[in-house]
Amino acid sequence: MSEIPVTHILFVSTALFFIGMYGLFTRRNMITMLMAIELILNSVNINFVVFNKYLYPEKLDGLFFTIFIITIAAAEAAVAIAIIINLYRSHHSIDVEDATEMKY
Amino acid sequence: MNYSSYIALIPLLPLAGFLMLGMGGKDRFKGSAGGIGTFLLLISAALAAYTAYQYFFVNGKIQDVYQPVTALKFTWLSFSENLSIDMGIVLDPISVMMLVVVTFVSLMVHIFSLGYMKGEERFSTYYSFLGLFTFSMLGLVIASNIFQIYIFWELVGVSSYLLIGFYYKRPAAVAAAKKAFIVTRFADLGFLIGILVLGLNGGSLDFNTLVERLTDPQSPQLVDMTATSFLGISVITWALTLVFIGGAGKSAMFPLHVWLPDAMEGPTPVSALIHAATMVVAGVYLVARLFPIFYFNHLALQIVTWVGALSAVIAAIIACTQTDIKRVLAYSTMSQIGYMMFALGVSGYGGEAGLGYTASMFHLFTHAFFKSLLFLGAGAVIHLVHSNEIKDMGGLQKLMPVTHFTFLIACLAIAGIPPFAGFFSKEEILLAASLHHPIIYYIALVTSGITAFYMFRLYFSIFWHKKTDKEKQPHGEGTVSMKIPLILLGAGTLLAGFIPFSSLVTTDGIPYHSEFHLSFSLLPVALGIIGIATAYILYFRQNDRPQRISSTLGGLYQLAYKKFYIDEIYLFITKKIIFNLVGKPAAWFDRHIVDGCINGIATVTASISSAIKGIQSGKVQQYALYFFGGILTLAILFIYLWT
Repeated sequence: MSEIPVTHILFVSTALFFIGMYGLFTRRNMITMLMAIELILNSVNINFVVFNKYLYPEKLDGLFFTIFIITIAAAEAAVAIAIIINLYRSHHSIDVEDATEMKY
Repeated sequence: MNYSSYIALIPLLPLAGFLMLGMGGKDRFKGSAGGIGTFLLLISAALAAYTAYQYFFVNGKIQDVYQPVTALKFTWLSFSENLSIDMGIVLDPISVMMLVVVTFVSLMVHIFSLGYMKGEERFSTYYSFLGLFTFSMLGLVIASNIFQIYIFWELVGVSSYLLIGFYYKRPAAVAAAKKAFIVTRFADLGFLIGILVLGLNGGSLDFNTLVERLTDPQSPQLVDMTATSFLGISVITWALTLVFIGGAGKSAMFPLHVWLPDAMEGPTPVSALIHAATMVVAGVYLVARLFPIFYFNHLALQIVTWVGALSAVIAAIIACTQTDIKRVLAYSTMSQIGYMMFALGVSGYGGEAGLGYTASMFHLFTHAFFKSLLFLGAGAVIHLVHSNEIKDMGGLQKLMPVTHFTFLIACLAIAGIPPFAGFFSKEEILLAASLHHPIIYYIALVTSGITAFYMFRLYFSIFWHKKTDKEKQPHGEGTVSMKIPLILLGAGTLLAGFIPFSSLVTTDGIPYHSEFHLSFSLLPVALGIIGIATAYILYFRQNDRPQRISSTLGGLYQLAYKKFYIDEIYLFITKKIIFNLVGKPAAWFDRHIVDGCINGIATVTASISSAIKGIQSGKVQQYALYFFGGILTLAILFIYLWT
């Protein structure tokens, strides 16, 4: 069975990264932005796993990092959602354009 | 022999009073402040009297010589092995004498103020300030170290400032307080430089060590200080002169006396305590402390002599023309301190040659009694008539018998009429002057005649002059607490002259017996009586003779009435010369250069930030874009420039 070439997988992760980036910049809904950030994180995870498997198959460092990132992403999502809920309570909206008090 | 067990309490009790009453604010001890302050001082005075008894009569003498005793000493700040600032208590004849004088007069003033200051809104503040002053003054007189004296010197300056400006709602009092502080501060600058020069070249700040080194012609320090000269005058002379400038400022010597008459804006008991009996003699005390060093320096001693003599005669002439009762007394104080100064100046060292020194201290002692008595008497008079002007008084002898009688005693004492205290001390001063310095002697004689004249001018104007007008006065002479100090001080004035001072206070601690010369005393006493008689003719009854004389003298009278225009000269120098030449350029520099730099920095910062503030838009996604852009730039840099 022939292995999937590493470039294919890297292509997927890059595509995922830029899709996340695009979502982050264009969406105004904070939940959608949060989802976009998750996409970016997952693209990084794929990179870690791929490089670990293809370059240093005898090591596990990349996998560990991935697990760390998943854990932190979960915590981060909790914090982000808490912020969003508070924002909704004070502004009655989760549109980032509506929360521009912290400008000059 | 052991003083250390209680000696520190003498200054610390008034300090405790200050802290307690000061912390309590003006309400907590409103009723009891006077009682507390007086009680603490009573203990202090009793301890001081006990110390004096112990020192002078029990164990001060070792083989018939009074030795300085260091009762307490600790190093406060050490600069090098030899040079340190110590805090200590030294007992020697003059410091023990001053302990008694300060605590006694302060006690009298505390008691007098119970009646005089009654009903004042800041009654307890007043007593706390009195406590602070007494503490500082006691610390000054027992100082073992010249820097310790300087510290307490400034503390008495502060308390004097606070008390002159006690009625801070009166602009004149505020101005007077500032003037007193600034003038004495200016003089203290000289004192400080003098201390530094002495400390640097003498290698010590301790009085005993300094005196020991700088009186020994062979000591390397003295040789060095005499050999080195600055502007043609040797360093030792500079040091002593600078120290003397400090003393002259505090003691209101010409030409630094301008603050003393204005200081009379303070409450009258304060004038009695600070500006008559204690603080203003600090300068004399300082010179006396360093007297052995002064004695070996002819030039510095000459300066002391002439400044003292000039002050004595100038102040006496001005006092004849003033119409404010307290100002007359202020100038008389200045004149008497001038006496003490030149008495030190004409003194020799050791044995009977040190008569001037003994006489100076003696006069300081007796002057404290009769001058504070005069001030307290004036306070009682002011309390009754509510005015400081002589023309509002007159005919008070029936209304205030106690004040009248004690005031008369004090006037006789200051005029040098036997057997009152002033006679004895003044005779000794005149004797010392006649032995060493004939010119000074004649100046002193003339001054003593003028003194008798202006004191009795005051006396007759207050107590006789007019018919008694009983209906006009709302209340009597004052409370018992105001009479007791007058009577006690009057008794002191009567008796203090009989103390054989030469067997207690001498230059080298060796007691001697001073002769009383009847034939010598005739001339000064006769001059005093002439002065009194002149005052009697002019002021006993209302007449126009004083008017005629003053208009005959014309310009001369005006000159004295305007205090020789010394204040105006000061104003001219400060406002016209210093202000224009130094003040205005400095202000211009400050406004345009210093402020310009600071304002320039602020303007540049403000304009830059307003130009770039748009970046902070408050839009999260824009920030994310910046972030991404930054990362991208870094990535590109890494990819293409990383080798």
